[in-house]
Amino acid sequence: MSLALIVMLPFIGALFPALLLRAGRNACATATFTFSLAAFILLIFQAPAVLQGETLHASWQWLPKLGLAVSFMLDGLGLLFAGLILGIGLLVIFYARFYLSKQDNMGSFYTYLLLFQGAMLGIVLSDNILLILVFWELTSLSSFLLIGYWKHLPAGRQGARMALTVTGAGGLSLIAGLMLLGHIVGSYDLSVMLQHRELIQSSPLYLPALLLILGGCFTKSAQFPFHFWLPHAMAAPTPVSAYLHSATMVKAGIFLLARLWPVLSGTPEWFYLVATTGLITMLVAAWIALFKDDLKGLLAFSTVSHLGLITLLLGLGSPMAAVAAVFHIINHATFKAALFMNAGIVDHETGTRDIKQLGGLWHLMPITATLAMVAAASMAGVPLLNGFLSKEMMLEQVAHTAWLDQPWLMAIIATLAALCSVAYSFRYIVHVFFGPQRHDYPDHPHDPPLGMWLPPAILVCLVILIGLFPQTFAGALVASSAKAVIGGALPEYHLAIWHGVTPALWMSVIALIGGLSLLAGYRKVRSAWEAGPHPDAKAMFQVWIKGLVQLAQVASHGLHNGSLQRYLAWMVGAAVVVGYGAFMNSSLSAGSRELLPAHPTAIAAWLLLILGCLLTVWLHHQRLLALIMVGVIGMVVCVGFVYLSAPDLALTQISVEVVTVILMLLALNVLPKTTPKESGFGRKGRDILLATSAGVGIATLVWAFLTRDFTTLSDYYLAESLPGGGGTNVVNVILVDFRGFDTYGEITVLGIAALLIFALLDGALHGGSAAKRLAQWLPDQARAADRHPLMLVVAARVMLPLALLVGVFIFLRGHNVPGGGFIAGLVVSVALIMQYMASGFGWAAQKIRLDYHAMIGSGVLLAGLTGIGSWLFGYPFLTSSVLHLDLPALGEIHIASAMFFDAGVFSVVVGATMLALSQLSQIGRRAEALPVNQAAMDCDPSHPLQKDPSWKP
Amino acid sequence: MIDYALHFGFFALSLALLMNIWRAIKGPTDMDRILAVDTMVINLIAVIILYGIYEKTTLYFEAALLFAMFGFVSTVAYCKFILRGDVIE
Repeated sequence: MSLALIVMLPFIGALFPALLLRAGRNACATATFTFSLAAFILLIFQAPAVLQGETLHASWQWLPKLGLAVSFMLDGLGLLFAGLILGIGLLVIFYARFYLSKQDNMGSFYTYLLLFQGAMLGIVLSDNILLILVFWELTSLSSFLLIGYWKHLPAGRQGARMALTVTGAGGLSLIAGLMLLGHIVGSYDLSVMLQHRELIQSSPLYLPALLLILGGCFTKSAQFPFHFWLPHAMAAPTPVSAYLHSATMVKAGIFLLARLWPVLSGTPEWFYLVATTGLITMLVAAWIALFKDDLKGLLAFSTVSHLGLITLLLGLGSPMAAVAAVFHIINHATFKAALFMNAGIVDHETGTRDIKQLGGLWHLMPITATLAMVAAASMAGVPLLNGFLSKEMMLEQVAHTAWLDQPWLMAIIATLAALCSVAYSFRYIVHVFFGPQRHDYPDHPHDPPLGMWLPPAILVCLVILIGLFPQTFAGALVASSAKAVIGGALPEYHLAIWHGVTPALWMSVIALIGGLSLLAGYRKVRSAWEAGPHPDAKAMFQVWIKGLVQLAQVASHGLHNGSLQRYLAWMVGAAVVVGYGAFMNSSLSAGSRELLPAHPTAIAAWLLLILGCLLTVWLHHQRLLALIMVGVIGMVVCVGFVYLSAPDLALTQISVEVVTVILMLLALNVLPKTTPKESGFGRKGRDILLATSAGVGIATLVWAFLTRDFTTLSDYYLAESLPGGGGTNVVNVILVDFRGFDTYGEITVLGIAALLIFALLDGALHGGSAAKRLAQWLPDQARAADRHPLMLVVAARVMLPLALLVGVFIFLRGHNVPGGGFIAGLVVSVALIMQYMASGFGWAAQKIRLDYHAMIGSGVLLAGLTGIGSWLFGYPFLTSSVLHLDLPALGEIHIASAMFFDAGVFSVVVGATMLALSQLSQIGRRAEALPVNQAAMDCDPSHPLQKDPSWKP
Repeated sequence: MIDYALHFGFFALSLALLMNIWRAIKGPTDMDRILAVDTMVINLIAVIILYGIYEKTTLYFEAALLFAMFGFVSTVAYCKFILRGDVIE
C-alpha cells in the first residue's frame, strides 16, 4: 500500500499548489514540499528492507484481459531512482521558492512539478511494463508543461515543443518495443519478464524489440543523434533544468536500460548499439560543451555527455560496468543538480548566463564560487570527489574492452571525452569566477539568500562525502541497486579512492593534464572550432517538421476538402459497393413469410411519404419549401410508427421534429433563402445513380428481412421488463434501466453540446468577424408590422398550462406506458419556446426565470447520483429498484428509482433545448438591431393608451 | 355499424390527405402550402384517433395529443417566419 502511496502522493499534492496560490507563495511551496517530504519519508521507511536485498511488491488488477495491472515493485534500482527523484525534488522545490520571481505563477509551477514527480516515481516503481508506458507518457506531457513554463518566451515554447515531439516519438517506439517484449514472454509483468533472458534473446523478435526500445530510451536520455532537444529545453526556468536534467527526465531512458539490462544485455547487438551510441554521445557532446557560452548550454551538453558515459557502461554488458553505471548515476545527479542550481544563482544575481560577459566573480560571490568549484571539479573527475571514482571505474572498464576488434580504440575515445570534460568543467570555474573583476555586469552580483545556496550546498557536501568515503555513504545503495540491475550475484569490487597504478589512473592523468592545457590554449582551439562547420539541429528539426506538416496537409486536404457532398458520395458509394458485393456473392432470395394485406389509408400515407421525398428533392433550392416538405415526411413517419406499434418512437419523433423546425427557421433567418445551382449535369447523374442504387439496396434488404421469421433481443427485454425493471413500457425501461448507462452518456453529451453551442455563439457574437458580418446584414424579406400579435399571445398563454400538464402526465406515466423524461422534456421546452415566439425574447426571458446551465448540470448530477445510489445497496451502477408504498387515501403507489434518473433526463433535455434555441435566436436579434420588447404584446387592449415604446413598424 | 363508419372515415381522410398534398405541391403561395400541411396534421390526428378506435385501444391517444400541440406550434413558427423572418424576436 505504501508503495502505491509513494506514487500517488505527488499526484494528490498536485491539486494543492494551484489552489493555495491565493494563500501566498510560502503556502504554495510548503504544500508542495510537504507532499514530497511525506513520500520521501515513506520511501525511507522501506529502505532498510530493500537494502538488505528484499523486493517489495504491491499489486491490484486493472484490466486483466489486457495484462495491465497496477503493480508496483521496490528493489534496489527503484530505491535509488525514487530516492534521487524525491531527494533532489525536495531541494529543487526549496530552491524554486526563492528562484521564481513575483511575476511567475508559482501555483501552476509547483503543480506541474508534482505531476512530473509522480509520473517519474511511477516509471521507476512500476512492476508492469504497460503501467510504465502510461507513466512514461505522463513524464513527456508534464515535462512539456515544465519546459514551456515561461509561456511568454518563444524559445521556451519552441523548446517544449521540440522536447515533446522527440520524446513523444520515442515513446511511440517504446510502446511498440515493450509490446513485442511482452508478446515474446507472454506476460507484461516486469518481475516475470526478467526471468526469461534466454527466451527473449533467442526469439526472432529480439532485434526489432531491442531497436524499438532503444529508440524510446535514446530519445528520452538525449543520446546522439537525438540529443538536440535537450539543449533547447534549457529555456525552462533553472529549477526545472536542475530537476529534469540531473536526476529525473533524462535518466528515465537510462533507468529503463538498467531495468531491462538482465534480459536484453550481453548480446553483440546490445553491445554495438548501446556502447557505440554511448561512446559517440559522450565524445561529441563533451566537445560541443567546450564551446558553449551559455552556462546552461554548457551544462546541457555536459549532461548529454555524462548520459552517454552511463549508456556506454550499460552497453558494455559486464556486471562490473553495471556497478560503475549505477555509481555514476548517483554521482552525476549530485554534482549536476548542484551545478544547475549554481548556474541559476549566477544568472539570477548577475542578470546573464553568458560566459563572455562573466568572469571575476570569485570575490563578489565567494559562497557560490566555492560551491561551483567543488561541483565542477567533481564533474571533471578530480580526485577526492565522487565524480572521480565513477569515472575511474569507467576508464578501467573501457581499458579492458575491445571495440571493432581494436583493443585500444575505445580507451582512446573515452580518454578524449574525459579530456574535453576536464576542459569544459574548468572553463566553468575559470571563465566565470576567476580572471579580472568586471564593471559591466548587467546586475550587481552578490551571494544569494540562504534559500538559494543551501540546496546546492547540501549536494556539494554529498559530493565530497561520497568522494572521500564512498563505501560508507554510497556503498549499500550501490550494492543493492547494482544487484537489481545485474539480476544475479555482484562481482568483486571495491569502492575506494586508491586502486594502485592502473591503466585507468594513467588515462585520468592524461585527461587532467590534456584538459587543462586545452583550456590554456582555449583561444586557438576556439578559433579552429569556429572555422569548422556547425550543423544547426534546430533548423534541421524545423525543416523536417515542416515537411511532415506539409505532407499531412496534402493528405488531409486531399481527402477532407470540406465538401459534404463529396463525403456523402464516398460514404454512400462505399456502402453500395460493399453491399452489392456481398449481395452478389450470396444466394439471397425472398423469404417465405406470408404477406399482410395493406390498408388503403396506409397506401395513402405511403403515397404522401413518397411525394414528400420527391418534393423535397425537387424544391430543395427554395429552402423554406424544402423545410415544409421535410416536415411532411416527418409527420408521415410518425404516423407510421403509430401504425407499426411503436408509439414511443412516434412521440419522440414528433417532438424532435418540431424542435428541429424551429431551429432550422432560426438559422434560415440569416441565411440565403435559396440554394444556388452548383451541380453540373455529370454530378447530378452521379448523385441520382448513387441514391437510386443505395435506395434499391436498402429496400431489397428490408424486403428480405421482413419476409422472414426472426428472433431478436427484443424477446428478452419484453420478458424481463417488469420483473427486472419494474415497468411495463419496455422502451422506457430499456432507456432508464437496461441501457441506463448509455442514456447517462447521451444526456451528458447532450448537455455538453448545448453548452458548446452557447460558448461558440457567445464568443462569436461578441467581437470577431462573425459579429461584424452580422452587423452588416440586411433583412432580405418584407416584414409584417405586428411583431407580437394579440391573438398569438393569448393562444400561447392558454396553451402553456395545458402543455405543462401534458408534460407532467407524460413524464409520470412513462415507466409503464409510452412517455418518459425525454419526451416530457421536449413537450415542456416547446411550450416555453412558444412563449418566446409569441411575446418575444425580452418579455419571455424576464418571466421565465430558469437557469438553463444549472438545469443541465443538476440533471446530469441527479441522474449520476441515482446511479451511484444503487451502490449503497450493493448493486451495480444504475440498478433500479421499486418502492411500494401504501398510503392512506391515495392507495398503493410505486416509486421506481428510475424515476429520479428520468427526472435528470428531463432536466437536461429542457435545459439543453432551451439553451441552444435561445442562444441561436440571439443571432437574429443581433442582425436585426431592433430593441427587444418589454411588453407582452404589441397592443394591449386592457391598456389602450399604452404602447410598447420600443415598437416600430 | 361502427365498422362502416370507420371505413368511411378512413376513406374520406385518405382522400383528404391526398388533396392536402396536392395543395402543398400546387401552392401557389407559401402560405397555401403551410395551410395545406397544417390541414394535413389535422387529418393525420383524425386518422390516429380512428386507428385507436379500430384497434380498440387508448394507447395512441397521446400521440394524437402531441400531434395536435406540435402541429399548432410548427404552423405558428412557419407563419411567424413568413411574417417577420425572425421566429424568436
